[in-house]
Parts: sequence; structure tokens; C-alpha cells
Amino acid sequence: METGSRMVADTALDLSAFALRVRRHIVRMVYEAKSGHIGGSMSSTEIMAVLYGRTMRHDPARPDWPERDRLIMSKGHCTPVLYATLAEFGYLAVDELKTFRRKGSRLQGHAVLGKPEGVENSAGALGMGLSFGLGIRLGQRLSGVDARVYVLMGDGEQDEGQVWEAAMAAAHHNAEGLVAIIDRNGIQNDDFTAATMRTEPLAQKYRAFGWEVHPGIDDDHGIDGHDLAAVEEALTWAGSVLGKPACVIFDTVKGKGVSFMENNPNFHGAPPSDEQFVLAMQELGA
Amino acid sequence: MTTPPTAATREALGSTLVRLQRAGADIVVLDADLGKSTTARGFKDAFPDRFFSFGVAEQNMVSAAGGFATTGHVVVASTFAVFAEHAFDQLRMSIAQPRLNVKIVASHGGVSVGEDGASAESVEDYALFSSLVNFVVVVPADVVEAEAIIEAAIAAPGPWYIRTGRPKIPVIYTQGARFTLGKADMLRDGGDVTIVACGLMVGRSLQAAEALAQQGVSARVLNMATIRPLDIAALSTAARETGAIVVAEEHLVHSGLGAMCAQALAQIAPVPMEFVGVQDRYGESGTSDEVLELMGLTAAKVVEAAQRVIARKR
Repeated sequence: METGSRMVADTALDLSAFALRVRRHIVRMVYEAKSGHIGGSMSSTEIMAVLYGRTMRHDPARPDWPERDRLIMSKGHCTPVLYATLAEFGYLAVDELKTFRRKGSRLQGHAVLGKPEGVENSAGALGMGLSFGLGIRLGQRLSGVDARVYVLMGDGEQDEGQVWEAAMAAAHHNAEGLVAIIDRNGIQNDDFTAATMRTEPLAQKYRAFGWEVHPGIDDDHGIDGHDLAAVEEALTWAGSVLGKPACVIFDTVKGKGVSFMENNPNFHGAPPSDEQFVLAMQELGA
Repeated sequence: MTTPPTAATREALGSTLVRLQRAGADIVVLDADLGKSTTARGFKDAFPDRFFSFGVAEQNMVSAAGGFATTGHVVVASTFAVFAEHAFDQLRMSIAQPRLNVKIVASHGGVSVGEDGASAESVEDYALFSSLVNFVVVVPADVVEAEAIIEAAIAAPGPWYIRTGRPKIPVIYTQGARFTLGKADMLRDGGDVTIVACGLMVGRSLQAAEALAQQGVSARVLNMATIRPLDIAALSTAARETGAIVVAEEHLVHSGLGAMCAQALAQIAPVPMEFVGVQDRYGESGTSDEVLELMGLTAAKVVEAAQRVIARKR
């Protein structure tokens, strides 16, 4: 990987095949742990694949490299997609994914900073990642580091008041290089987000708070979060916004990739049964 | 009789940070619209590029402080004690658990805030901070000690909570006095009873010891500025050598320094104890001294507690 330029990604990486491998890891990890969050991990799979495979400047051999771009997993329950993506890039051995949520494992149920290296924040209480990412970006800027901080949030997470404190402050500080990514899968813990708390119109809100929201996003449509080309275009755009923070809202499907998990609130935080596991792995071509 | 000089412990913040930054530290200050009162704003005047306004939004400020610290700068986040409490989960998740290098310096601790009343008077702040794993918790007894504590905090890694106060109180230490984390400072030796205190109750406890001396009672006074980690060795020695302990603090008694001292001593050297502090209630408006009087946080109350605890000695 090149380290002198902004891009260090391996552009030859087949992201479609990568995403499929990550989805298999996610289903297997949650099945074997008998707990964990499949739905929100599967809705973020392409976003994570593009970030680590294309957009972000990072080097698994130097996880503490000060110039690196960072991914802040604000939806801290979605560790399966985080650990699986990091494992595929060599931050940890793929074999270690078997220890997910087990006693003594580095792979905690919710994200813990530094476990393993490559995990950039502690989360699990929602709503803190955008603030944490803003602090990182301000610190990088003070150090003269031209890097990007990508904060991945859920749409249910937008209920948290702290998100809007951070949105206001990021614009106030002209936090160029801070990118808010919303995985809008439409479902939160108990129910559909629209039934739980009306957070829309999110695009209008971020624009009103002083953010540059991707021009292809309006009140009715975000970017297709499972179309790899569209995800790459949007995240590349976000990383190039000057003078202010940038926001991309992706329309996604919770549980994407397994028919009976898709758009099903039952797969927010519950593991598949033995039978469901077999069916899911078949659908994922394993 | 000359009146001793007075100063508020909060006055140490801005000037000390400016001095340390000029001496080569790498400090940034995050502020929640109270920089004039906490005196953090003095740092803005000297280093505007290192001062970050977060508005009246403590939760965002606290989580941002944690993120900021991961880039290697020493982060000071400042507000009032009651408003630091506003961000408890953020303190836990964004600073304490990942053990990040953030110093929360909160002024207007305790009931001596006075006129602003209950909402502004933190009676529980260091109980909350002491419940956060990895946090160092310190309460200076005067402005000189506050300067030394801030200097120690900037030089030490990890999260600290430093509680300062609003009112001007007597200066106890001479300029240049040193602070050692986790070590009680014996300001007066004595053999009949030990008074353990922090914050503005240290000065009042010294007055109490003087009054007790006139009654023929020899009182030891320990300034327990460091609440976490607690100096258990000094407590143990005091218990064994004086056989009775009074703890005096500007905080709820059931969750403060006294409770922590009692827990420690119950295991190693149980002796009769009495507690001078806020009794299961919130504060109210009045002048600083009036509210302290109302809450029983006076030298006279410390004297009475000492007399009671000595009577309980066997």
C-alpha cells in the first residue's frame, strides 16, 4: 500500500466478493456467540467495504499512524461488521472472529477502543461518536494532519440529542474532513424508526445545521447503500468537501443479504436459530 | 491579628495553564460557555488557537475531549461541577473506560456557590467522579495547592477530575508548595483525634484544631486533597495513633470522602468516626458563608464532632 498519497487502498480488491465474505463472517459470529447484532451489521457492509477498501488512508501494519484516516463506529453494537472488516484487512486474524463475545476475547460485544488495534473508539451508548470524531478532527487539525474522520451512525441513533450538539459544533468549527455517515436502515431496537421517533427530514436538518450533504440526497432519497459504485462515489465526494463537515445518508436494508432477515426488526439484536443459520449461509453462497 | 490573604481555588486555572503552555506543554482547553467564571478564558486570551468553544453543550464537549486526547494533546475541559455531572455517561464511555488523557477541571464545586442556590450547588460531584474507574479525583484546599494540582495533572497521563470553588477562602500554603498525588498532607500533628478534610473544609478544620487546642485537645489535621486514589496508609496511621477520626467535607456525607475513608478503615483499622458534611439534602440560596453555616460546614461543627468522637474512644 502506498503511504505518500491520500489513497492507500488496494483498488484491485473485489469489493463485491469482499462484502460477501464479511456477511458470512457476521452471520457465523453472531450464530456462534448466540448473541450480537446482525441486522445493522449487514446494512453497513458495503459502506465499510468501500471505506476500508477504497476511501480511507490506513495501514494495518501501523494502526497508530498519526496520519491515518479513522472510522468511528458510533453505532457501537455493530461490532460484527467492524471486526470482520478489520480481520479481512489483517488487523486481526480471521480465526479470532470465533472468539466474538466470549470470555477473555478482545472482540467485545460493543466496541472498545484499541480492542483490537484498529478499533478507534468505545461505544455502545449511542450518540457519542460524532462528538468523539469531532474531537479527533480538531486535534488532527491542530497537529497539521490532513486526515479524514468518518463517523458511522444509525438512523435510530439520530434520536440522541448529543448528535445534534455535535452537528452544531462541527459546523461552528468548520470541521473540514469530518464525515457523518448515516446508515438509514429504517429499523431500531424495538420497532421501525418512523414509529419510534420521527427524525426526518434528516438531510434538511444536517443542511440547516451547516453541513454539506451529498447533492444527490433529498427528503425522499438517500444514496443506495448497497450499490458499491454509488457508495464509493458518495464517500469520495464526502472526503473532498472543503471548509465544512460533510454528510452522506445511505438508504440501506437491515439484514441485507439474507432474505428472511431483510427489513425484519427481529434481527436487530437476536441470533439466528440452527435452521436459520444453515439457510442464511446457503443464501450467502457458503 | 492580621487577616490572612484569601483567593478562590478557581483562580488557579487560567493562569496556571498559560504558564505551563508557555513552558512547552501541549495543552488545549475545551469550554462550555463558562470560561470567565472558571478562569479558563485566560488561556483563550493567550492561546486562541488552542481554546475551543463548545457552547452550552457539555455532553458533546466531554466526548469531543476524549477524541481530541487520542491525537496526543493534553485536553482540559472546564465547566461548573454541576454541569460536568450533566455528561456522566459521556465521561464514562468517552474518557474513563478508554482511559484517555483528559483533565476535567470544574469550578463552583460544593454549596459555597451561594446565591445561585440548589441547581448550582454540587453536593454529589466527586461521588460521581469517584465511581468512574480510572479517574483521579482531587479537591484543592487553597489556590496554591490548586496550581500545584493542575501542574501535576498536566504532567500525568490519564483522566483527572479537579474540583475548584467559587468563594475566596484563606490561603493556607506558601507559594511554591508541592503536591504529591495520593499522599495526605499532615498540616498539624496531634494525638487525640485526626481531622481528615478536603477543599475549603481544610482551612476550617485548622481553625477547629486551634480551638480544640485551647480546650487541651490535640488534633491532627490531614489535608486529603486526593480522594482517588485514597491515602489509606495515612488513614491507617492516623487511626492507630489518634484512635478517632472526623472527616469534614463540602459534599454529601453518604457518598463522599468520609464514606470512602470509613470503608477503608473498616477493613484495616476501625476506630470511632464522625462526619461533617452535607446531610442528605440540596443546598439553597444565601451568601457563601450563610449556606456553609446552614449546612453545618463550620469550624464549630468540626469541634463538636471532635468532642463527640473523642467521647466514644475506649
